[in-house]
Amino acid sequence: MIGGLFIYNHKGEVLISRVYRDDIGRNAVDAFRVNVIHARQQVRSPVTNIARTSFFHVKRSNIWLAAVTKQNVNAAMVFEFLYKMCDVMTAYFGKISEENIKNNFVLIYELLDEILDFGYPQNSETGALKTFITQQGIKGQTKEEQSQITSQVTGQIGWRREGIKYRRNELFLDVLESVNLLMSPQGQVLSAHVSGRVVMKSYLSGMPECKFGMNDKIVIDKQGKGGTTDDAGKSSGKQSIAIDDCTFHQCVRLSKFDSERSISFIPPDGEYELMRYRTTKDIILPFRVIPLVREVGRTKLEVKVVIKSNFKPSLLAQKIEVRIPTPLNTSGVQVICMKGKAKYKASENAIVWKIKRMAGMKESQISAEIELLPTNDKKKWARPPISMNFEVPFAPSGLKVRYLKVFESKLNYSDHDVIKWVRYIGRSGIYETRC
Amino acid sequence: MEWASQLCENRGLGSKMTDSKYFTTTKKGEIFELKAELNSDKKEKKKEAVKKVIASMTVGKDVSALFPDVVNCMQTDNLELKKLVYLYLMNYAKSQPDMAIMAVNTFVKDCEDPNPLIRALAVRTMGCIRVDKITEYLCEPLRKCLKDEDPYVRKTAAVCVAKLHDINAQLVEDQGFLDTLKDLISDSNPMVVANAVAALSEIAESHPNSNLLDLNPQTINKLLTALNECTEWGQIFILDCLANYTPRDDRESQSICERVTPRLSHANSAVVLSAVKVLMKFMEMLPKDLDYYGTLLKKLAPPLVTLLSAEPELQYVALRNINLIVQKRPEILKHEMKVFFVKYNDPIYVKLEKLDIMIRLASQANIAQVLAELKEYATEVDVDFVRKAVRAIGRCAIKVEQSAERCVSTLLDLIQTKVNYVVQEAIVVIKDIFRKYPNKYESVIATLCENLDSLDEPEARAAMIWIVGEYAERIDNADELLESFLEGFHDESTQVQLQLLTAIVKLFLKKPTETQELVQQVLSLATQDSDNPDLRDRGYIYWRLLSTDPVAAKEVVLAEKPLISEETDLIEPTLLEELICHIGTLASVYHKPPSAFVEGSRGVQHRRLPPRAGSVESAESPDVGQSGPSEAPPAVIPSQGDLLGDLLNLDLAPPTATVPSVQPSMQMGAMDLLGGGLDSLLGGDIGGSPSMGAGLGAAPTAMPAALGGAPPVGGGLGDLFDLGGGVGMPTGFYVVPKTLWLPAMKAKGLEISGTFARRGGIIQMDMSLTNKAMSVMTDFAIQFNRNSFGLAPAGPLQVLTPLSPNQTIDVSLPLSTSGPVMKMEPLNNLQVAVKNNIDVFYFSCQFPLSLLFVEDGKMERQVFLATWKDIPNDNEAQFQIKDIHLNSDAASNKLQGSNIFTIAKRTVEGQDMLYQSIKLTNSIWVLAEMRVQTGNPNYTLSIKCRAPEVCQFVYQCYEMVLKN
Repeated sequence: MIGGLFIYNHKGEVLISRVYRDDIGRNAVDAFRVNVIHARQQVRSPVTNIARTSFFHVKRSNIWLAAVTKQNVNAAMVFEFLYKMCDVMTAYFGKISEENIKNNFVLIYELLDEILDFGYPQNSETGALKTFITQQGIKGQTKEEQSQITSQVTGQIGWRREGIKYRRNELFLDVLESVNLLMSPQGQVLSAHVSGRVVMKSYLSGMPECKFGMNDKIVIDKQGKGGTTDDAGKSSGKQSIAIDDCTFHQCVRLSKFDSERSISFIPPDGEYELMRYRTTKDIILPFRVIPLVREVGRTKLEVKVVIKSNFKPSLLAQKIEVRIPTPLNTSGVQVICMKGKAKYKASENAIVWKIKRMAGMKESQISAEIELLPTNDKKKWARPPISMNFEVPFAPSGLKVRYLKVFESKLNYSDHDVIKWVRYIGRSGIYETRC
Repeated sequence: MEWASQLCENRGLGSKMTDSKYFTTTKKGEIFELKAELNSDKKEKKKEAVKKVIASMTVGKDVSALFPDVVNCMQTDNLELKKLVYLYLMNYAKSQPDMAIMAVNTFVKDCEDPNPLIRALAVRTMGCIRVDKITEYLCEPLRKCLKDEDPYVRKTAAVCVAKLHDINAQLVEDQGFLDTLKDLISDSNPMVVANAVAALSEIAESHPNSNLLDLNPQTINKLLTALNECTEWGQIFILDCLANYTPRDDRESQSICERVTPRLSHANSAVVLSAVKVLMKFMEMLPKDLDYYGTLLKKLAPPLVTLLSAEPELQYVALRNINLIVQKRPEILKHEMKVFFVKYNDPIYVKLEKLDIMIRLASQANIAQVLAELKEYATEVDVDFVRKAVRAIGRCAIKVEQSAERCVSTLLDLIQTKVNYVVQEAIVVIKDIFRKYPNKYESVIATLCENLDSLDEPEARAAMIWIVGEYAERIDNADELLESFLEGFHDESTQVQLQLLTAIVKLFLKKPTETQELVQQVLSLATQDSDNPDLRDRGYIYWRLLSTDPVAAKEVVLAEKPLISEETDLIEPTLLEELICHIGTLASVYHKPPSAFVEGSRGVQHRRLPPRAGSVESAESPDVGQSGPSEAPPAVIPSQGDLLGDLLNLDLAPPTATVPSVQPSMQMGAMDLLGGGLDSLLGGDIGGSPSMGAGLGAAPTAMPAALGGAPPVGGGLGDLFDLGGGVGMPTGFYVVPKTLWLPAMKAKGLEISGTFARRGGIIQMDMSLTNKAMSVMTDFAIQFNRNSFGLAPAGPLQVLTPLSPNQTIDVSLPLSTSGPVMKMEPLNNLQVAVKNNIDVFYFSCQFPLSLLFVEDGKMERQVFLATWKDIPNDNEAQFQIKDIHLNSDAASNKLQGSNIFTIAKRTVEGQDMLYQSIKLTNSIWVLAEMRVQTGNPNYTLSIKCRAPEVCQFVYQCYEMVLKN
């Protein structure tokens, strides 16, 4: 199990050091600094073994978090824990920065004592933690409150406390997708996938039982076979999507999903991520990038890039940015674009072309002349791919929320009384076209 | 008073924002000031002071002097202050054990507090204080807390048992905490169950044989129920524990798999990987024709792919594991090639791992895509990555024959880029392609030759020279090319020199007329002007070959070479199995068994996959303790670690496992002997007790000595007792009389003769050093060149007194098999360098392969059968052993003395067939069938081994043992 946990600033000074196991000495702190933080080369692995001691690290801005062990620990768990630790800290005091860590070091020690016992991760749900790690002492609590805390921390529904009340029961569902593409210069899709998240903000009273439905192909097909009267049968086929894989927040009953493919749960209060999913079939690629690069002699390069939007004309894409890499020996660039603004950014070795808004089924073009300094460097320019950023108001995977039903038998509100909002946002993930 | 505490509270809040100030105090006399503040009457001031102390502690300042003052602050109802004091205590209690006792009272009192959070805090902290006197006081509160009404306290107490066990294992057993802990597995609260499982698993690891985690279908059922309800971390503990269970049959296996599969949809990647581990392991037991088996295979792919959208560090862990899974069950991910394509912004460690998996998944179906990708990668920036990509193209060519042509043309394109390291890497892989497909792509040689001048890395130069030598007859100016290398012969690395020597000899044999001068030049360079023994030896061999029998020379030098195999870097199957059992853990990230990087008893147990139900498919021997890769643990991973030794003051003594200490292994050897001897006496497989007498008379085997303590028979063994290292019993290993290894003429008066022996599992090199010079010799030291089986001295050469003229000293040098490995020619060749105060001398000698036959080389009959069938017939070699006048039982007894074990005997028409097994130190198994016909002094020996090159040497051992 985890033997110790250290947090360093970018200089390698220790901000937090908590040792859980006897086999980890103080000198381990220095070993990591010398070998990893101060190492000359780029980090070649997130796991480092120094003198039979293994160090796992993650970096957040310029803060290093390192977990140390001498045993054969579950490596995936250690990284998951480090990410979780970051989440918890962010939930308590915002951005993870040297200043914030120093300002909250007592709190961090208190958290580390609670969520890691003898190196074993314990309940780390912020909702639960915030009920009793408050930095304000807990003397005022009645016995009842105390046992409520402990039963929540250890209970089956560790993510939600009892007795939540809202005047207005409301929930928000955000379907956030990032569409990833790697395309060859000839326009052949080398790989494409959508990784999506369903984020829910719930403001519901009591312990509501929820059921979530979407146009999952497996579910729709099953219903279609049942031959019921509703129009689900009609809409199946085109309307449903094939989900390659999905993972759920721990509130979702996995065994029920496995057997019936239904998503039922008691949600945490406030904002959380209900599920993640991945699709690879029938993806709507919102943009197509057509590059044309021509080397004119040794000192000149002509680049022409066309982008085409490929969705309903009534919809608008936003925050469009095309990044065209330029060689390191670029001396000057002239750009002409039909729409938006384009600029050559020498420090980033790229031409950045920004368009605020663009409707569907449109086309736009940029052309640039790049002048190069003659070099005797034998190595050719690696031609990094052209990348794109954008945001579109639909889900590129085709996912649709069919329902989210809320049942709360003990309190007197029904599914109809809950106000529900659904929003779809598709963003670019790694959206690249080779040139 | 109320307003006052309110005020304090507010000030507390205000001060929170400026906690960072504690980090900056570096004044002189700080400790003194802090002392005063800690003893202040004002609560708030005390708290501030404790915070400063903790801050100093964090940055590594020694604040232990404040111990009594800090402990005085413990008696408080302010929980925040209490926690800070506890933190301090955990850090310093060990250095101030007597003072720490002061804290006991408060702890004991807190364990009775009405607030469960405080009870848990007290028992949690107390367990972290590693002071004997405190642990004594811990027992009673812990016992109560284990049965506390509040689950929060119970789950904390469960972990505390593991803490206490780490400090004082005996105490935990005596106090009966283990039983209480076992009871907690049936607790109503899932988190208590999970922590109890974690604690028990950890304790069980340090008691490998205790039946602590007594897993049976009932407990498994409880665990599976808790699995659905507990936190993500608890699920990991439970799944990791489940993975250690071996189901009774395929049905149970399937039902567990069914209940574990839902975990594959968990958001936490570690839960997913641990579930994959359980499934991969239990799947082994399912019959392959079962429908469910196929369903399960299909279910595994999507979650593995999903892991690749996690954060990069987790992706890395996932990829290392997928690498193992792909080797074990390639069918799972065979259609998922695309997800392993490298993204431009992936961190380098993710890129390199993805590349590895791409090659493993490459097949005829997807090769076009893979090649297009690899070509793309070869133009990237990172040198390591580019090199690996180029190498990958070569591996594709070797793996998928249909793609070879395309690969070669891709490599040629890359050579045209003239990027130095790309060209060199490409040439190295083209050499391998030539070896795989001889006489197919020679048309590209011209292009390769153009780049001769730009090669500056030894590997690339050697590869190019090999190509020129191999195809000398087709390259018009081969002699010129090779000659150009010859100019700087002495500045080249050994690799290049050796290759150049061979290439020129090849050239000479192909075009004798024009190249006589060249060959003479290189031979004299190699033999006369070089002080490298390898080079000289090879030079002399060629020289003599060429001068005595050119036809033989041709046969030797231009012999047909065996084709190289497809996959060179596959993990060895037993190790792979073990690593599959460790999916998700560090072992799977390092691709090394835990014993290679974990100290002490933990993790040394070897894990095995369960055998498949109702089939003999798994050929691995089921005896867990002995076999497996533990024989020669890979070197400890961190090479840079050695430099850091002082910094970390971790023990950097050579890994203990590799240098067996004499005492215990001697005993083991003896026990093994007894075991083996008894086996054969009791009949068993051999059934030869009546013939023992004959065996005894003829063969001075170990058995009589071991059983009766009788003095060893046989002159050859007599001198064993003179030799230092071995005490007690000879193992019956036949020791060749000493031969002259280093004549005095060649070594300025030092003469060395010697032989090898294996005594009680320890390999020894026995040498007689004679001083034939006029002056005293001192400061002896010995070193081996890399060799086929990694033989290396396990200690220094112990020549304690100076060696005076005409004196002879016998020394016995224990050897280990953990040294660096390089294939030698012949296989059993050992090159030795001996140093004394005069000079360094080199000689080479050959050891009998029986030196490497280990004591636990007896294979189970079932396994033998399956393995025999499994090894292809091409690997079988047949030999005749002539003039042996022993009956089969006597022979088998004699062989057993050299760790050649007879597993079964069958008599067919007057002919005895003995089935025998041998295991080498590097875990290679050799199987043999020996046919003995009564009255016929000639035996027929068939040897089968996955590494056929050892057969010849095994045969030599048989002959040697049987004839002496």
